[in-house]
Amino acid sequence: MPAKHRSAPRPSRRPADRTRPTVAGMERRRFLGYLIAAPTLAVGVKLTADSVLEANALPSPTPEVSEVYDLSDLLLDSTRATANLITIVVNEDGTVSFSIPRAESGQGITTTAAVLIAEEMGIDVSDVNVTLADARPELLFNQQTQGSASVISIYTPVRVAAALARGRLVEAAATILGDEAENLRTTGGRVLSTAGSSVPFAELAAAAANSVTREAITELKPVDEFEIIGTDTRRDDVVAAVTGRKNYTMDLDVPEALPTMIARPPTIKGTVESVNNLDQVRTMPGVTDVVEISTDAEPGRGTTSSAVAVRARTFGQCIDAVNALDITWGGGNVDDESDETILEQLRAADAPANLPSPTPLDEVGGVVPLATDALGEVGPVEALEQEFVFYWRSNAAMEPNVAIADVRDGEAEVWTPSQIPIVTQSQLAQVLGMTPAQVTVHVPRGGGAFGRRLFSDAALDAARVSQEIGKPVRLMWHRADECRAGRVHPMCISRVKATYSPSLGEVVSFEQRQTSVATDYTESLGDMITSQAAKLPFANELTLSQTVFLLTASVPYDLGAIVFGYNEIFDFDRFATGSVRNLNNQDFRPAQELMVDQLAAKLGEDPMEFRLNRVEDERAKAVLEAVRDEGDWGRDLPEGVAQGVVVHNEYKGSVAILAEVDTRPETAEREIRGATTGPRVRKVTVAVDVGLAINPLGLKAQMEGGVMTGISHVFTGSLHLRDGNFLEGSWDDYRYTRHWNAPPEIDVIVMPPSGDRPGGAGELAVGAATAAVACAYARAVGEMPTSFPIGHTKDVPFEVKKFVPPLPPSPTDGLTAYPTPSAAGPAFNPAS
Amino acid sequence: MPPRTFKVNGRPVTVDIEDDVRLLWVLRDVLGITGPKYGCGINVCKACTSHINGRAFNPCSVPVSAIQPTDEVTTIEGLPDTVGADLHPMQEAWIDRDVPQCGYCQPGQIMAAVDLVKKVKADGGSITDDDIDEIRNMCACGTYSRIREAIKQGAENM
Repeated sequence: MPAKHRSAPRPSRRPADRTRPTVAGMERRRFLGYLIAAPTLAVGVKLTADSVLEANALPSPTPEVSEVYDLSDLLLDSTRATANLITIVVNEDGTVSFSIPRAESGQGITTTAAVLIAEEMGIDVSDVNVTLADARPELLFNQQTQGSASVISIYTPVRVAAALARGRLVEAAATILGDEAENLRTTGGRVLSTAGSSVPFAELAAAAANSVTREAITELKPVDEFEIIGTDTRRDDVVAAVTGRKNYTMDLDVPEALPTMIARPPTIKGTVESVNNLDQVRTMPGVTDVVEISTDAEPGRGTTSSAVAVRARTFGQCIDAVNALDITWGGGNVDDESDETILEQLRAADAPANLPSPTPLDEVGGVVPLATDALGEVGPVEALEQEFVFYWRSNAAMEPNVAIADVRDGEAEVWTPSQIPIVTQSQLAQVLGMTPAQVTVHVPRGGGAFGRRLFSDAALDAARVSQEIGKPVRLMWHRADECRAGRVHPMCISRVKATYSPSLGEVVSFEQRQTSVATDYTESLGDMITSQAAKLPFANELTLSQTVFLLTASVPYDLGAIVFGYNEIFDFDRFATGSVRNLNNQDFRPAQELMVDQLAAKLGEDPMEFRLNRVEDERAKAVLEAVRDEGDWGRDLPEGVAQGVVVHNEYKGSVAILAEVDTRPETAEREIRGATTGPRVRKVTVAVDVGLAINPLGLKAQMEGGVMTGISHVFTGSLHLRDGNFLEGSWDDYRYTRHWNAPPEIDVIVMPPSGDRPGGAGELAVGAATAAVACAYARAVGEMPTSFPIGHTKDVPFEVKKFVPPLPPSPTDGLTAYPTPSAAGPAFNPAS
Repeated sequence: MPPRTFKVNGRPVTVDIEDDVRLLWVLRDVLGITGPKYGCGINVCKACTSHINGRAFNPCSVPVSAIQPTDEVTTIEGLPDTVGADLHPMQEAWIDRDVPQCGYCQPGQIMAAVDLVKKVKADGGSITDDDIDEIRNMCACGTYSRIREAIKQGAENM
């Protein structure tokens, strides 16, 4: 384990306040699964909201599963079709296979699933092979990867399947070993008898097979017997990743699927009016096809954006041909819009402060848990009010939008690292004029996702081209497309008005209103959002994005009467939007926490003590105390260096982050050629409690990554909208955190288990890190920033790449320049 | 457009392709060597970082015609062979620290790290945080802190 990444001492796995039944003789919970007819042992469970999962989703302490969902319910369920099962197979060689209906984009869910199976079955993690399932429409809404929900949703079903498999292996072994099944145990892929004899799973796989499919009941391994869960496990693909053997979509060997790229319009959602030199470009070296396609990413809405696709022997020849195209472009969707015009419109739409407000939200303010009771007599109050502006951000991953498509003979076969493969399949069917059954969607492992792959943009592009030319295509977006045509986190403002009573020393009210360019959540519709939305009293009055806001926005502190609300401008598809990792909270929480620091100062309290005194959740308090102690809160620091601290609750977890930012000139003005240097986050301490951490090593990785994204959000990571498109055309223009910005010291504390179920981690740290770094920066410079990233309005420190032709040509000086001078201007300090 | 011959990962290759096609596409689309990744195509993200004659370079920005018959190109696939082992010490450090998340940038990160350590050692020094700060390779998952630790660990065994 890395020396700087240590867990707190591991205590007993059984928290003191657990509510598990302990009455002698009381039966353990039982779960239903299926034994499946197959040549070797195969078992399945449902991954649907109406089975085990529903009970599992109930927060603790609540009635145990058996109390709300008993055996008779399970048996009733068992009469239903078994088509919608997730299955675990024990292979003839004794290994175990599981095809998970989730995307793996670096977050580690396949490794997590392997750990769960290994734990339950008694087999080495390395002998569990987890692959990604094709689109399976029969799983309904249970094949989506978002909202940091995967581990929460698979935790029980995967263990149930593994336990069933183990049970069958043990039964089969009992005969061979001549022992009672209940005396046998499993470890290292073998079943062991009390006498010491053993038989490997490999010899049992066929013997334990089932000739007919039938339901079966099992129990799960008790939490206090876990041996692998809670210990560090490396990623299942770490060796492949560092040897170049990990295959991403563009690395797959699909015959005849030649490289394909797209010439896109100079403004967002523009259109092709005419292509003036088609024949000439078709004869360029390597080029096989040039074709105009629709790039409408919202099938059925009647929008019209279009572009020209080029297929060639190599991507390099695609780039040259795209740039050689002479296209007459029609207008786009937002040609007259720039940062300034959007800001004006956001401000015009901002709801007035002070209750009551005219939005439907507040009419139910007392129904949903958004408002707490006001204090009683508080005496004279004073007010603080501030608007914060958050500019556009990109959620681009290192692997661009990619898809391979083969649409021929009335069938479509598509490979794309989709977070929502069922939606992708149905959209492909729609634009291709096929039924979903004619469309196969394979899900390769992705090179990052961050919300970008909740949309099917590249898959639709690829399928349209392939259908049009009748040949397979290997389609990749150029990095310029990623910046300019890619999904963006919408620009928004967040306005906070707080009142406090100096005589009482308390905050009296805290009101926060967010107004945003509309966020497109349409392609990520799933049970997670819709089922929750249906439970809200105003579901029909408000849009999906307001629902998302209400489900995610929160204030972890007692700040008197708390009110927040959300407004949007524009239709959801005016811009190409989507949510960047951590949705609204990357904006909402920083604005909130900066004002919390202001309130603490007004009331003469230390920021840490202020939060500890008002935090409303025991787990949140514990993580705050952990970073206070481990991060050495309040230590002596030179002028220009300061700490900031926040706590955040989401995804059934709690995280506190203490960041230390150095703004001294000798740091902020460091010269690294072509680098955005500026203030340096030099030390970060994170304490995280996700209930039960399945794989602390992976959990820490997610915290570390979230911190890096938070740093980008505070200082430099943004897109500049000017006259209908974004100025950024590549990395370096889009200034995500780089090595020179990364904290030299980062310490992640995984708290002892506070429950017996895991919470989500992928997005948990982003908003919190953004807020902690912003707070530290504000304290270091003695002035609260109100526009993010803070470098956005300071300068555009790069030469804007051309919009026509659309792609920056590849340099030719790569043997002599490192970095290439074209990318390496002087260092830029976003805070100067 | 004469056929071009050079060495990749210790083996001679011959390709018949236009002179101006950048080496990244020759490796990936013609030769099927997919370890070097595309991230920007303009030599700023460094995802394609490989070695030529033992020094780091970015094949996205080198026309195939600039590669001489005597040049030896090494991609991540060929890195272990340069030390005659199954894994290069830098790869072992990456595994030990469980550095990758999505993994897409990591071949380039490793190739850049090996080059940096070799350069620092040739200058008679040892790797520092300031050296690591100057690495340009992008990582959008944010694995920078583990990369930093892995480089220091890998350098000890190089």
